[in-house]
Amino acid sequence: MEILYLLIPMSVALVAVIALALLWAVKSGQFEDMEGPAHRILMDEDDAVPEKSDITTSQYRDEAKENK
Amino acid sequence: MEATYNYKVVRQFAIMTVVWGIVGMLVGVLIAAQLIWPDITLNLPWLSYGRLRPLHTNAVIFAFGGCGLFAASLYIVQRTCQTRLLSDGLAAFVFWGWQLVILLAAVSFIFGVTTGKEYAELEWPIDLIITVVWVAYAVLFFGTIIKRKTQHIYVANWFFGAYIVTIALLHLVNSAELPWILGGGATAWWKSYSAYAGVHDAMVQWWYGHNAVGFFLTTAFLGMMYYFVPKQAGRPIFSYRLSIVHFWSLNFIYMWAGPHHLLYTALPDWAQSLGMVFSLMLIAPSWGGMMNGIMTLSGAWHKLRTDPILKFLIVSLSFYGMSTFEGPMMSVKTVNALSHYTEWTIGHVHSGALGWVAMITIGSMYYLIPRLFGREEMYSVRAINTHFWWSTIGVVLYIASLWIAGVAQGLMWRATNPDGTLTYSFAQSVNAMYPFYAIRLIGGAMFFAGMLLMAWNVWKTIAAGRAVNDARIPEAVQA
Repeated sequence: MEILYLLIPMSVALVAVIALALLWAVKSGQFEDMEGPAHRILMDEDDAVPEKSDITTSQYRDEAKENK
Repeated sequence: MEATYNYKVVRQFAIMTVVWGIVGMLVGVLIAAQLIWPDITLNLPWLSYGRLRPLHTNAVIFAFGGCGLFAASLYIVQRTCQTRLLSDGLAAFVFWGWQLVILLAAVSFIFGVTTGKEYAELEWPIDLIITVVWVAYAVLFFGTIIKRKTQHIYVANWFFGAYIVTIALLHLVNSAELPWILGGGATAWWKSYSAYAGVHDAMVQWWYGHNAVGFFLTTAFLGMMYYFVPKQAGRPIFSYRLSIVHFWSLNFIYMWAGPHHLLYTALPDWAQSLGMVFSLMLIAPSWGGMMNGIMTLSGAWHKLRTDPILKFLIVSLSFYGMSTFEGPMMSVKTVNALSHYTEWTIGHVHSGALGWVAMITIGSMYYLIPRLFGREEMYSVRAINTHFWWSTIGVVLYIASLWIAGVAQGLMWRATNPDGTLTYSFAQSVNAMYPFYAIRLIGGAMFFAGMLLMAWNVWKTIAAGRAVNDARIPEAVQA
C-alpha cells in the first residue's frame, strides 16, 4: 500500500489547510454574530418586479404611471 | 462605479441546467430500456450500453448538476457579498469552457474513448481543459469573495469554496496519467494510462469517487440549500450556528470514506474497516444539514401546502437524509456483503442523485429563473406542482423497485444447496430482474417527463419576461 505515502500526507496537508481557514475565520470575527447573517440574506430584496432590482427601474415607473 | 450584478452568466448556466438535465436523463431512460430490451438501439456500437452509461453519469453529474451549481454559486456569491463578479470576461470563459468540456465528453464517450475510471472517464486532453476552466472558476469565485462589500461571508459561500478547492485536488490527483504518445505508443494520440497501478489505482479512484460524491454532490448542493431554502421559505435558517459546525465537521472527516467502495476486494482489510468507520461517522454532519434545512420551516409548515417550489426543496432534504443514512448502513461490511454489486447500489445512488441533487436543483432553478428574466414567478405554478408529483412518484418507484431487486439479487447469489453448490445460476438472477427493471424504467421516465414539463414552463417564462440586465446592487451596504 505504497499509495498511502501519497494519500496520507495529502490528507494531513488538507486538514492543515482547513484548520488554517478555520483559524482565519475565527480570528477575523466571521463567527461573532450567529444570528444576524441568517436574517440578512432575507433582507436582500431580489424579486425582479416591479422596480425593485431592475436596472430599467425608470421604464417600470413610466409603465406603472401609464397603467394608472 | 459598478451598480449591477452579473446575471448574464447565471442565466446562461440556469438554462443549460434544464437542457443538460433533459439530455442526461434521456440517456438514462434509454439505458434503463436497454436492460429490458438489449437490442433497442439496433446494436449500433455508438449507442451501446457501455458507451452510453458513462455519457449518462457524466451528463447528469457534471453537465446538469455542474451547470446548476455554477448558476447557483455565481448568483449566491454576488447577492450575499453584494458585489458584482470579479470579471465578466472570466465568467463568460467559464461558461463557454464548461460547455466545450461537456460537448467533447459526449463525443468521446460515443466513440468509446475512455480511461475506464468511473466518473473520471475523460481522456487527458479534456482533463487539461477541465483544469483550466476550473482554475478560472476558482479565481472568479474567490476573487468575488475577496472584493465583497459585506464583512461576513455567508455560510453557503463556505460550502461552495470547499467544493471548488476539493474538486480541484481530486481531479488533479486522480487524473494523473501518462499520454500514450509520450510513452512511445503508436496507438491513438488521446489514449493515456493512469499513473497508478492495481490496488493503488483502485484506492486513488475511490478516494476520488467518494469525495466527488461528498464535495460535488453533497457539499456544493448544501450551499445551494443554505440559500434557497431560507429565501423560498422567507425564514432564516433554523440554526446558523449548526450550519457552521456541520460545515467544518464535514470537511474535517469526509476524506477517508472512499474505501467503502472496495469492501471485500484486494484492498487491505484494515483500510476497508477504516473506510467503514469514517462512513458511519458521516451520519452526524450529514444529518446536521438535513435537520437544519427541514427545521427552517418549523412554524411555517403550512407553506408546504401551497408552495410547490418549497415542496421540491424540502422533499429533496428528506431524500438527502434518507440516502445519507442508507449510505453508511451499506458501508457496514455485513450489509455490504449482501448489497455489493447488486441493483441496490444503483437505487441508493439515485435516491441521492434524483431525490436530493436533482430535486434541490430543480427547486432552486424555479426560484432563480423568474428573477433572472424579470418576472414575479414561473409562467405556470400549477405545472411546478405537477412536476413535483411526477418527480416524487418517479423517484419512489425507482428506488423501491431497485431495493427489492438488489436484495433479491444478493440473496440469490449467496443461496447454496445442502451439498454446497449454488442454488441459482447467474442468468437466473438476471431473469428475476425483469419486472423490477420495468418499474425502474417507468419511474425514470416519469422523472424525465417532469423535466420536459419544466423546459416548457421555463420557455414560457422566458418568452413572457425579459432578461434583467442586470439587477441593481443595493446601495445601503450594511456594516
